Amino acid sequence: MTAETQHRWTHKHLLGLEQLSADDIRFVLDTADSFKEVSTRSIKKVPALRGRVVVNAFFEDSTRTRTSFTLAAQRLSADILDFSGKGSSVSKGETLIDTARNIEAMGVDIIVIRHSAAGAALQLAKTMKCSVVNAGDGAHEHPTQGLLDLYTMRERFGRIEGLKVAIVGDIANSRVARSNLFALTKLGAEVILVGPPTLLPKSFEQLGARVVHNFDEIVGEVDVINMLRVQFERIKSSQFPSVREFTRFFGLTWDRFQRCKKDVFVMHPGPMNRGIEISSDIADGPQSGILQQVTNGLAIRMAVLFLVGQVLV
Amino acid sequence: MRNQYDEGDVGRMIDHLVTAIATDFAGDRSINIVGIRTRGETLAERLAQQLKQHGVKNIGRGVLDITLYRDDLSEIGPRPLVRPTQISVDINGAPLLLVDDVLFTGRSIRAALDALSDFGRPSAIRLAVLVDRGGRELPIQADYVGLTLKDVPRGHRVNVKLRETDGRDEILVEPK
Repeated sequence: MTAETQHRWTHKHLLGLEQLSADDIRFVLDTADSFKEVSTRSIKKVPALRGRVVVNAFFEDSTRTRTSFTLAAQRLSADILDFSGKGSSVSKGETLIDTARNIEAMGVDIIVIRHSAAGAALQLAKTMKCSVVNAGDGAHEHPTQGLLDLYTMRERFGRIEGLKVAIVGDIANSRVARSNLFALTKLGAEVILVGPPTLLPKSFEQLGARVVHNFDEIVGEVDVINMLRVQFERIKSSQFPSVREFTRFFGLTWDRFQRCKKDVFVMHPGPMNRGIEISSDIADGPQSGILQQVTNGLAIRMAVLFLVGQVLV
Repeated sequence: MRNQYDEGDVGRMIDHLVTAIATDFAGDRSINIVGIRTRGETLAERLAQQLKQHGVKNIGRGVLDITLYRDDLSEIGPRPLVRPTQISVDINGAPLLLVDDVLFTGRSIRAALDALSDFGRPSAIRLAVLVDRGGRELPIQADYVGLTLKDVPRGHRVNVKLRETDGRDEILVEPK
């Protein structure tokens, strides 16, 4: 048996990838392989979490992450409860912790939380008895997105180690970038962060990444380009150039794509702004992994719910 | 009670299994052989090879990981890696031979039967094990048994080693 099969998962919560070891990350990816198989069966369901209750507590908008967690929980035979910030007691002024404690008091086993405040998942984990899975907390981390991105890269290249990965766009505000960065560096990939100085502080170098402000400088040397979404909600701020200017300097245009490695793999966490950070021809082309990311996201979330659900209190 | 069986013993047990299985399935047009990970997988592979030599035709193969179907997940805590189940053959309508190394409480077999029912409806499911060590907690019995051990203390482990995964064929009965 290999060392990996001997590895034991001991994390009751998944709060971020920063705290996980390289072996932990590989273990989730390997576990996800088995769950991917479940989705290919005619009966796409296993009884692993039968009788358990998973709550989706989304205090921020989400389509694919919420749907993905819901489907993942259903395929594990868990009962799933949807809770959103809007139209709930949160809009009546209840605090996050009180809301969560009330949900927990109903006998919940796993709470999946998305919140605009960095550290929200950690706060919950400290006060709750059930498992907490972070589905995105402010600009801090989005661990399942990071894991599914790595899974998709590993599926494409057969390895993570030695890959050169560019993450491009609004890095400073991106939890996706941070989760990817932590996991990729742990598994031996080289990470190049690309963006305008206003959205990519030099301090990211301390996290082990190369920081580049000129996309064209590195476009020809990377194996993977992960394009981040232009976050329109921040576009008015002085940090952000105009949309046209952003596309010109940091968009994955057809022209720029021609200068990439022949087998470059293009990724995007979605939802994408076609024609702004990524050209439609590329997003829909054969080198795009965007829909594979979504498919793999389901397997990763099944693996995560299964693993945290196995760790006893 | 002996507590060690060597290569020759294991070889004879497998021959015995093969003969009995080949006789019973001689009239069937096809048969699917599914091993339970991980030793059952290896054992199933060997049975399939030898059954072919005995003239059994159209053998479909599959591997089952039963982790997701266990009823004791919450009692035993973190487990080793869940491996993919690989059943690409259509198991409907044909007899299916389920293979495991050791039959003990019967809970693994119960889980395997549940898993198989998600893949289809074989015309019959038979169970072959290398060792039956007793100690059943469920009403499950094997159809083909290589070695029956009586009076193995509950705290003991029956450790089956196979050439393909462990370098040699051996069965050890030892304290945990």
